Amino acid sequence: MPFSKERLKQFEELKKQYPEGRHKSALLPILHIAQEDHGWLPAELLNEVAEVLDIHPIEVYEVATFYTMFHVKPVGKYVLEVCRTGPCCLVGAENIIQYLKNKLNVEEGEITTDGLFTIKPVECLASCGTGPVLQIGPDYKYYENLTTEKIDQLIDILRRQG
Amino acid sequence: MGKQILLEHLGKPDIQSIEGYLKQGGYSSVQKAIKSFTPEQVVEEVKISGLRGRGGAGFPTGLKWSFLDKKSDNPKYLVCNADESEPGTFKDRYLMEHLPHLLIEGMIVSSFALTAKTSYIYVRGEMMYVIRILEKAIAEAYAKGFLGKNILGSGYDLDLYVQPGGGAYICGEETALLESLEGKRGNPRNKPPFPAVWGLYGCPTVVNNVETLAAVPWIVNHGGAAYASIGIGKSTGTKLISACGNINKPGVYEIELGVPVEEFIYSDEYCGGISNGKELKAVVAGGSSVPILPKDLILKTAQNEIRLMTYESLSDGGFVSGTMLGSGGFIVFDESACIVRNLWNFTRFYHHESCGQCSPCREGTGWMEKVLHRIEHGHGKITDIDLLVDVARKIEGKTICPLGEAAAWPVASAIRHFRSEFENHIHNPDSCNAKHLHFESSMLH
Repeated sequence: MPFSKERLKQFEELKKQYPEGRHKSALLPILHIAQEDHGWLPAELLNEVAEVLDIHPIEVYEVATFYTMFHVKPVGKYVLEVCRTGPCCLVGAENIIQYLKNKLNVEEGEITTDGLFTIKPVECLASCGTGPVLQIGPDYKYYENLTTEKIDQLIDILRRQG
Repeated sequence: MGKQILLEHLGKPDIQSIEGYLKQGGYSSVQKAIKSFTPEQVVEEVKISGLRGRGGAGFPTGLKWSFLDKKSDNPKYLVCNADESEPGTFKDRYLMEHLPHLLIEGMIVSSFALTAKTSYIYVRGEMMYVIRILEKAIAEAYAKGFLGKNILGSGYDLDLYVQPGGGAYICGEETALLESLEGKRGNPRNKPPFPAVWGLYGCPTVVNNVETLAAVPWIVNHGGAAYASIGIGKSTGTKLISACGNINKPGVYEIELGVPVEEFIYSDEYCGGISNGKELKAVVAGGSSVPILPKDLILKTAQNEIRLMTYESLSDGGFVSGTMLGSGGFIVFDESACIVRNLWNFTRFYHHESCGQCSPCREGTGWMEKVLHRIEHGHGKITDIDLLVDVARKIEGKTICPLGEAAAWPVASAIRHFRSEFENHIHNPDSCNAKHLHFESSMLH
């Protein structure tokens, strides 16, 4: 799964943001782009990233597995990230997570049978005043002040988009 | 309404764009600093202002800047800490989303003061839409000549880049942030050496919070003394407070430091009182990592004086009866909130976010979470309460970075002030009036 010429050119530009010899700093931005293209980060793709940066694959693996935003297992087309931290729970986040699980008939981390959704509770999205909050990847758009009605509408829209 | 410094131009037409920002006098501090000041003079003004780091630690900003190893031949770096992920804290996201050019202006002036020629804004990866806003604003600033080579014909060069994080609370700790920016896991470094001597790529570096840097343009434009005249004592200027929980008006408020806590909670200008007509039970005043205080102690100090929104007043009484201003993440709990449940939630957060480098934190946070889980779910033993205190004590002060304290302080303070609630959960597990809100989390055990 080699990167396209456009992506490789973009990576070369990214590397210029850092001093000579410090291009490993581009690792996180490149992982974000790789995930955006592929949906998740299989080992083959991580190896490609290592080649792009001329670093050892293990240096990529240890980073990809440390940060929670990177999916090293397959996920649904849409990742539903619901904040499960204190302030959101004070205003009903747990109910929202449970409602989503029931509605989509999946547990956290699983993929729905149509391949569309994965529910991923996350730790604090910095939206404590407008919780409960959901962020939907791969576009990473915030949906705040959630209710079960809003969830129904969102899921309908995403299903139509397929 | 108190003095507005950071949010002065909030809501003005087209303020997110550079054209709208310039119409409000934006970037005037860049003109002033670069053309009329030396870098040392900018540092001096910030020292005079008494500005303290708004990320949580409250360390004097000018003093921090003066520690930068100017004699080093290596490049100097300014890194903006925009990795906001402390539960209860959402003011930096608000600032970057609505006033991106204010941060960029502050970055330019601060970089000039530190003689940095390359600076980075490290933003939480989760805030991808904020990253896009900042990137657009930076491109506009380059196009207008506020960034790049020979800024405003001064001979000063500066490049500014946005770096996305990958989702790790620990990267809010400045040395973990630098590790992450270098493309590594966000494991905090031992200090000393401090970043001012050995920072990004081993070069002298200053790491400042978004809100801190956003205050610099006003200080340069109006003078450090004018800034110092706002607020009380060593708590100078204004502070953004992000208020949430069981209140009528959650949101981000800019306060002059010194507003009484009671006024902040109950006045219509700020939180608007407790929601649903309920009574106040407790407050976490500075983000989830600071000690929780019950109603009587959050409204009055250890000296029985009116508690104020200042660094000093909130910490009056130490950790026995005081807390911290921290990041200004103000979480309000009403009478129906379950302290045990919420503490378990916070502890789960710290366990999840421990980088795993130090054994006391890696093992201790998980241990506390398990004990709290069993208390909350009706399987606790009375000895568990002292066990929690003991584990918290064995984490505090024994880790490389302050995540240990962040995990330990909420546990110690919750038990100190609400011990009977823990005992009640153990003796009468079904009696908690918040029980009907609970759902079992399949993420656990």
